[in-house]
Parts: sequence; structure tokens; C-alpha cells
Amino acid sequence: MAAHTAAMSMSKILHPFLGGRLGNTAKVFGRTLSSQRNKTGNGRDNIPPPAKYGGRHTVTLIPGDGIGPELLNHVKEVFRFCCVPVDFEVVHVNSNVETEDDINNAITAIRRNRVALKGNIETKHTMAPSVKSRNNLLRTSLDLYANVMHCQSLPGVQTRHKNIDIMIIRENTEGEYSNLEHENVPGVVESLKIITRTNSLRIAEYAFQLAREKGRKRVTAVHKANIMKLGDGLFLQCCREVASDYPDLTFDSMIVDNTTMQLVSKPQQFDVMVMPNLYGNVVSNVCAGLVGGPGLVPGANYGRDYAVFETATRNTGKSIAGKNIANPTAMLLASCMMLDHLKLYDYATMIRNAILSTMNETRLHTADLGGQGTTSEVVQSIMRVIQSKGPLTSDL
Amino acid sequence: MTARSVCALAGALKLVFSNRLTRVYGAVTCNQRHNSTYTTIPPPARYGGRHTVTLIPGDGIGPELAKHVWELFRFCCVPVDFEVVNVDSSLASEDDIDDAIMAIRRNGVALKGNIETNHNLPPSYKSRNNLLRTTLDLYANVMHCQSLPGVRTRHRNIDIMIVRENTEGEYSSLEHENVPGVVECLKIITKTKSLRIADYAFKTARSNGRRLVTAVHKANIMKLGDGLFLDCCKEVASGYPEITFESMIVDNTTMQLVSRPQQFDVMVMPNLYGNVVSNVCAGLVGGPGLVPGANYGENYAVFETGTRNTGKSIANSNTANPTAMLLASCLLLDHLKLHDYASMIRRAVLSTLTETKLHTADLGGQGSTSEVLQHVMNAVQSTGPRTLSM
Repeated sequence: MAAHTAAMSMSKILHPFLGGRLGNTAKVFGRTLSSQRNKTGNGRDNIPPPAKYGGRHTVTLIPGDGIGPELLNHVKEVFRFCCVPVDFEVVHVNSNVETEDDINNAITAIRRNRVALKGNIETKHTMAPSVKSRNNLLRTSLDLYANVMHCQSLPGVQTRHKNIDIMIIRENTEGEYSNLEHENVPGVVESLKIITRTNSLRIAEYAFQLAREKGRKRVTAVHKANIMKLGDGLFLQCCREVASDYPDLTFDSMIVDNTTMQLVSKPQQFDVMVMPNLYGNVVSNVCAGLVGGPGLVPGANYGRDYAVFETATRNTGKSIAGKNIANPTAMLLASCMMLDHLKLYDYATMIRNAILSTMNETRLHTADLGGQGTTSEVVQSIMRVIQSKGPLTSDL
Repeated sequence: MTARSVCALAGALKLVFSNRLTRVYGAVTCNQRHNSTYTTIPPPARYGGRHTVTLIPGDGIGPELAKHVWELFRFCCVPVDFEVVNVDSSLASEDDIDDAIMAIRRNGVALKGNIETNHNLPPSYKSRNNLLRTTLDLYANVMHCQSLPGVRTRHRNIDIMIVRENTEGEYSSLEHENVPGVVECLKIITKTKSLRIADYAFKTARSNGRRLVTAVHKANIMKLGDGLFLDCCKEVASGYPEITFESMIVDNTTMQLVSRPQQFDVMVMPNLYGNVVSNVCAGLVGGPGLVPGANYGENYAVFETGTRNTGKSIANSNTANPTAMLLASCLLLDHLKLHDYASMIRRAVLSTLTETKLHTADLGGQGSTSEVLQHVMNAVQSTGPRTLSM
């Protein structure tokens, strides 16, 4: 604590003399000290609040492809309108080129700022298999090991199932997404799915701590250990080990096929779910479909030092790009999660309430919810709600 | 021609030699003749006009449901004899399952319940169901999910055929731990098997008059593996110009399935996605108690419930839904070309489903299995030809 404060005050003193460049150095220096200090603990509570310079946060913004750029523009509009003390550092990643410079720049920016908001970067199937998925590269390089998605039935959105409230914690860095494939014999491809004890323990620990924090009662591990005995067996064993440290929480396990079947018939039975990467992908998409579609659910990727926020189902939305019909709710709720992470709770609650009250207006529903509203109408309505309720805002 | 003469010879010889020997000989010759194409799966052994079908009761609700099927067949005078082979899932030796496999090779057709895979046994103990499928090379798992009348679901008018690769993919049982704490599971995708399953899917689509085939994959992440699968599907699709071919990533597929399942027609996919997608579809049409499944290979066919549940928790409590197993037995009869019996039983089962007071616990009712079965038998007796007295 002392070293951190000393570094910060030193940077404040040095700034007028040495200009922005060294100010950045002091910021980096200060941050390195604080991150070294925090390296001992690995709980989520110790993620240090990202750099505040002059009281304003800097957040990396990666527009991505498809509907990403337009939605993030709307986020910027709303933030500017609400006078949220966040500045965005925009980093473009071109999905058409094969070099990894773009994504490396983005990763460096995130390392610098600690927090990012991103749209999905397209992975073109036509490129060579050596071109790795940019999103995947980002997640693994920054070790964003936990993907958290909170699916709840939103008022105002009509769905077939009601009263859903599921938190899905998905291992984000290993499993089937290891990008390790080879073709030893022509026509026979082997893909490796890696499960490690450390990562499984880590994600289980994260899940149980999150469940405890949010006052949840039950954690369900989703697996396929009857077929993949060693791999998912190891995952399950790690979950059981961690569960023994949390006697106040009930732990059970369910095979992934039964889980998906239960999800479509009785989703209210699930509370918190923890699972490896691929099952997490499928289950989170099923849950997103149950609560109303990909346009409604925000997702967060947490690592020990970094946090990246995006829409939960990571859609590029190429077919609806540029048409003003995309649903901005998911991205705006993701930005609220980001504000919560930056500890700007008032702004987060303000924007979130505005979004939820706009959701009640059926005439503003966008095409994915079965309505005919446009994105800009929705954003305008949100801004109007904020203005009517809230503190000072810019002029509309 | 040759096979027919051999079968006739076998028929003549049956009086001289033991039954089993001639049947095996006849069956072997039939198989060799038909090895070239897979559509001409030879009709399985008929002896005296009666078929012999291997029956593997399995665990959980398997034995009671198998018994119900047997009762119903006996009641309707279906010319099928069951050769029961019990597989004990608690033993570590593979003799039981080898016996079952040999019986299926002999008879060509089987009806099975799910055999439990005990998690507490060591990892060298392979899943018995998986062993059966891979040894007999039952490469195609076909599940037809349709909204049934009389069953209330949140989605209506669902009619999806799921063709799932049944032998490779993530179910290769190849795992190792090179470094302690790091496990590698291999997922195998081969060109031959992918071509084969794609071919099967398109042929099935064509023979059932379907218009759209959707391949489900995750080729943006598993570029080589699922990329190969997708390429094979595209290759095969070019040979079927009247059928539209699309592909969809598995996460999007599952999301579309829960919001708008009516857009899907025939779906083809590797093993694990097939598992998940078929369970989602089963959940959409009303649950695991309603959907039958069939595993087809080049020479053999095995029928079971679509979602392969053991149902341990409801075993022997007379609350299991027999519909899935009965419909699977109808698929079996269709395979044996006993179409009249198949439609008779199927009609009776579907008319029983419309009676809400007979719905079992999984459909939200309070009916028991035996009540349902009685009603099915009544329906068969009232509509159909001669049956045994009840």
C-alpha cells in the first residue's frame, strides 16, 4: 500500500515537469508495483482498480466486426451523454490480415489499461488454419480464465420460460479451444482437448467464490465424464475438492446432454453452473436463447489482472451490420458491468435502470425481439430516461 | 442369386444340422454379398418366417421397458423372437458385452436399453454402449424428433431429423496424462467417416423427401477437425442438387433451437454436438420418454431410446414412459420390413398419447407404465387383426 501510494504521489509531482510521456511511465511504474504487490493473492477481490488519471478511467475499446462498431459507438454516446468519467482508447483489429500485429497491439493496450470493452472479431473460415481466432488469442494471452454470464428473465421481454436466473461460469482458456490440431495421416485429424488440474481448480474456486458472494445456494458442474473419463473426470474431481471447502453451498454434477435437456424443459432448477470451455459455449447459448436471444445478455471475461466485457454470445452479426436494427441492450449492459468493475456503481445503476425500463416498451423492441424498433430509437429512449431521472447530463 | 440358393440350402440343411450353424452360415454369405453398398442391408435371419432379434435389457428402466415390448409383441402376435443377452455393468471384464456383440452379429438386429457406465470404476473400463457402437461400426445415429399430438410443449410443429456420427469424434476414448495434472483428450475426425455420415444424411434426406440439410460444427475454433467434417459435407452436398445445404456453428444452432426450432429440417453433425443437439431436441418435443433412436451400420442395426437414459432413479417404480421404447420397437419392425405390425403398434401408441389422463410423470401426469401399456393393447385389439386374448 505504501509503495503504491508513494508511486502515485510521485507521478503526480513529476507530471507538471516532465509531461505526459513520463507521466505514463510513472503510471506504468506505479502499476507494476501494485501488481507485484497483488500477485500473491489470487482471489477476484484483489484485482486492483485500473488506472485513474485525473479521476478519469481509460478503457480499451475494440470495435471488432459486424455490429460491433455501431454498438460501441452507441456506448460511447451514452457514456458521453451521462458524463461517465471513462475515456476510450480505440484499437482496431483487422480480421482480414494474417499477421498478428493488430491483435498484439490490442493486447498491449489492454495490459496497459486493464479493462476493455470489445465487439466480436470475425474468424474467417477461408483463411489458413494457422490463422488463430483473434478472440481466442486475446483470451489466452491475457489469461482471462473465467467467462461469466448472468442469464435472467428480463421484465418486458416475453419468453416461453419465466423466472430464469442462472449464472454460468465457463472456463475460458483451455479445453477444446486449445487450437492444437494435427493431421498425422492424411484424412485423419486429431484435435486435442486439454484439461489441467490448475486451471480446473482455479475456475472451480472462482465459481464457488462468486456463488458465495452473490448469495447463491447451489453450484452444478456440467461434464461428460462417462465418456471422457480422464479429462472431464479430472475437472469433476477438482470441482468436488473445491466444493468441500464451501459447506454452505450445495454441489452437484450433471452430464451435459441431460443438462441441455433439462434446460429446455425446466431451466428454473439451475442456479450457478460451472463447466469447461465447449460445454460452456453450448450451455450459455442455450440459456441466452431461453431468456430472449443474443441481443440481451452481456458477458464478462475475468482474469487475475484484466477484465474484458462483451456480449455473452459473441456474435458478429454480419447480416444485420449497418442497418440500425441490432439490439444494443447486450452491449450496453456489458458496459454497465464494466462500470461496476471500475467501481462506478452509481453510473452503472443509472444506465442499467434506464435500459430495463426501455425494455418494457414493446414498441421499441428491435427485430430480434419480434418488434420493429431501430437501434437509435432504443438508445435515444435510454438517454431520455436517464435525463429525466438522473443527475447532470450533456444536452441531448 | 448365390445367397438365395445358399439360404435355400440352409433351409434344407436345417433339419440336418443345428439351427445356429446354418443361420450363421447363411447370414455370413448374405453379408459378403452386400458389402458393396450400405442401403441394401440384408433382411436379417428369418427362420420359419420368424425373426430373431437380440434384446439387451441394460440397467435402470431398461429391463422393465424391454419386458413391456416383449409382452406387446407377444400380444400382437408379431413374428419376432427375442434372444435376451444380459450385460452386467458392474463387472470389469468385457465378456458380457462381447457375448452381446456376437449375438447381434448373428441376428443382425437388436433392441437395447442403456447400459450404465459406473464412474467409480477405473478409466480403463470403457463405456459398454460405446464399445458396442464402435465394434459393430454403427456409424449413423438417427433420431427423428417431431411434435407429437396430445403432448403439450412450448414449441409446435417441430420435425427435425438428426443424423449423428456415432463412432468417432470426441468419443474415441483416447485420453492420456503425460504430465501429472494435465490431461489430453483426443478428438478424431477422419475423412472416410465424415464422407460416410454425410452421404447417409443426404440419402436419408432424399428418401424422406426433405429439402434442407444443416451441418453443425465448430470450425471457427477447431479448424482442421470440424473443417474437415464441413468440407466432406460440402463435397457430398454437391452430388445432391435438389437438397439445400447449410452449415451453422453449434452455439448458434442451440440458440436457434430454443427460439425457433421450426427452421431445421435434417441436421448432420459429429458425435458430441450430436449428443447435445439431440438432447435439446428431445427436450423440445416433450422429454426423454418420447423419442426413439436408431443406430445404423452397414450390416447391423440397433434400436434404443433416443436420449439413452438409464433412468436409475425411476427404475421399478412403474412410472417410466414406455413410449420411446415402444416407438423404437416400431422402428425395429420397419427395419425388418414388418410394416403392418409397425404401423399398427405406432397408431396405438400415438392414440394413447392423446389421452392426457394416461400421461406418465415425465409428461406431467400421474399415469403408470402398466396403464399405458394396457391402453395400447386395447387400442391394438380394437383396431387390429387377431391378437392373443388379454
